[in-house]
Amino acid sequence: MNFELTEEQLMIQQAARDYAQRELIKDVTERDTKAEFPTEHVRNLAELGFMGIMVDPKYDGSGMDTISYVLAMEELSKVDASASVIVSVNNSLVCYGIEKYGTEAQKEKFLKPLARGEKIGAFLLSEPEAGSDATSQRTTAEDKGDYYLVNGTKNWITNANSASTYVLIAQTHPEKKHKGINALLVDKNTPGISLGPHEDKMGMRSSDTHSVMFTDVKVPKENRIGEDGFGFKFAMKVLEGGRIGIAAQALGLAAGALERATAYAKERKAFGTVIANHQAIAFKLADMAVKVENARNLCLKAAWLKDQGKPFGVASAMAKQYAADIAMEVTTEAVQIHGGYGYVKEYHVERLMREAKLTQIYEGTSEIQKIVISRDLLK
Amino acid sequence: MKILVLIGNVPDTTTKIKFNADKTAFDASGVQWIINPWDELALTRAVELKEAHADKIESIVVANVGRAETEATLRKALAVGADEAIRIDADAKDAWYVASQLAKVAAGFDLILAGIEASDYNGSAVGGMLAEMLDMKSVSAVSGIELADGALKISREIDGGSQTLSMQTPLLAVVQKGIAKEPRIPAMRGIMMARKKPLNVVAAADAEEHTAFVGFELPAPKAACKMIAEDQAGELINLLHNEAKVL
Repeated sequence: MNFELTEEQLMIQQAARDYAQRELIKDVTERDTKAEFPTEHVRNLAELGFMGIMVDPKYDGSGMDTISYVLAMEELSKVDASASVIVSVNNSLVCYGIEKYGTEAQKEKFLKPLARGEKIGAFLLSEPEAGSDATSQRTTAEDKGDYYLVNGTKNWITNANSASTYVLIAQTHPEKKHKGINALLVDKNTPGISLGPHEDKMGMRSSDTHSVMFTDVKVPKENRIGEDGFGFKFAMKVLEGGRIGIAAQALGLAAGALERATAYAKERKAFGTVIANHQAIAFKLADMAVKVENARNLCLKAAWLKDQGKPFGVASAMAKQYAADIAMEVTTEAVQIHGGYGYVKEYHVERLMREAKLTQIYEGTSEIQKIVISRDLLK
Repeated sequence: MKILVLIGNVPDTTTKIKFNADKTAFDASGVQWIINPWDELALTRAVELKEAHADKIESIVVANVGRAETEATLRKALAVGADEAIRIDADAKDAWYVASQLAKVAAGFDLILAGIEASDYNGSAVGGMLAEMLDMKSVSAVSGIELADGALKISREIDGGSQTLSMQTPLLAVVQKGIAKEPRIPAMRGIMMARKKPLNVVAAADAEEHTAFVGFELPAPKAACKMIAEDQAGELINLLHNEAKVL
């Protein structure tokens, strides 16, 4: 067994850390307050290769492994989970799915600009009445011969406005239930697509989230990913990988909160000594550190399994559920250690706490992860 | 034009400094090593110049004096944008020893960039010594380098202002903060390519050692800072006179 990172992995971790600590930190609070999309940062992250981390260089990606992706996601998320969710959706929900299941023509047309970060992607699965229950797709993609006619509404779509390429999940054969679902690549500028208002969220406020409405949108047949009816399986496979990205994001939120709480505890004095010398605080930090380390190990294990070509669905569900749940606990404790200062924006930890909440909800709630884990256990 | 950038391998600037039991050597266990921050800025500027003048700058080579464990630092330099690296296989002892080793590989370059100091021993001597050994003209405290009309436009911070010089190559520039805005973060493409770029290991040359470490001590901890309200000038004078005893 080897827990050592390679020289390249360490360099990527450091590059992500440098960018986050040097650049993202500068305007993260302002963007959170104004709910402003980090356009300039996304451009810079693209230049550094973070928008297509795992994509093969022959499709203009960086060609790195999933472990590198986890390391980068952790470092970016320590500072700015809004920026890191843009990276995560583009990498693991959009690029990964097209690279693994798309045709050469689709890779040429859609994957390359996404991997270069010139374009951003969005993954359209959730609906007003189909979140965790993804089989109940009401958005329809009617087969019209050489095109699909799409009608319906998608909800909670990350990157909805900033994206150029949509990976859309829609129902073609309702009688076949989930086996009638298709995945389609849709250009956002196609006539008939409109966006709902920008969602005013509790956290991740600088990522742009909207509902997306489709009214008689024509999508060419050649934009379907895989065989007819492959859409549901496609979505589930893609989400298996997506969970690793969000698990690493949750890990980063927890690790970032732990770093801030540790530094604060070594500076803040109460009753004549720094609060780190009070066991009540020191033990909180110890508990937080154990949780962060466990989450990191689960994330890296899931990433390692994926890199080895081994099944990773249960491991990624464990990583996502555990990392998201401890992110909530650790960020809450970080606010507690900061006392009143933790409750104001200047010290960042209240934002990390607001952002951590979403990691328990999106890309599969903690409860859905437990269904995945327990079904595997009980089969 | 061929550029050589000298690279120092130093402990991360947040390292907690420790020594061995008899305090005769730095304890390097658990230390994370980085490119000396001034050298990193020098390299960043070299890469910027090459990007802006691809037709004029043929290559950027980085060189350091160090053992195999310093190669990670050199590969980072390759990831940032250097084309080739040279490691002189020796311990970086004193400034004379390091400059003597570098002199063996520094011939034939048009421009040599050296950080003004290294963040470990802060000797500020290697750049100047190397220029003398190579019999190359040098300029110190450089905070800007541009390529203009077949010459190098050099900016220097001087007492009370700044100075602009026009100089011809070959030249060794000892550079300080300001030479580049921020150190370049390596892109993943660069990190991938670093593996394929040449990293040549050169045997150490004979050179004299002029210094030996006798002992190390940590500086005394900083005394607590006392804040005095702006309208309490009398209190300040009282403390300076009676407590600090400097008046």
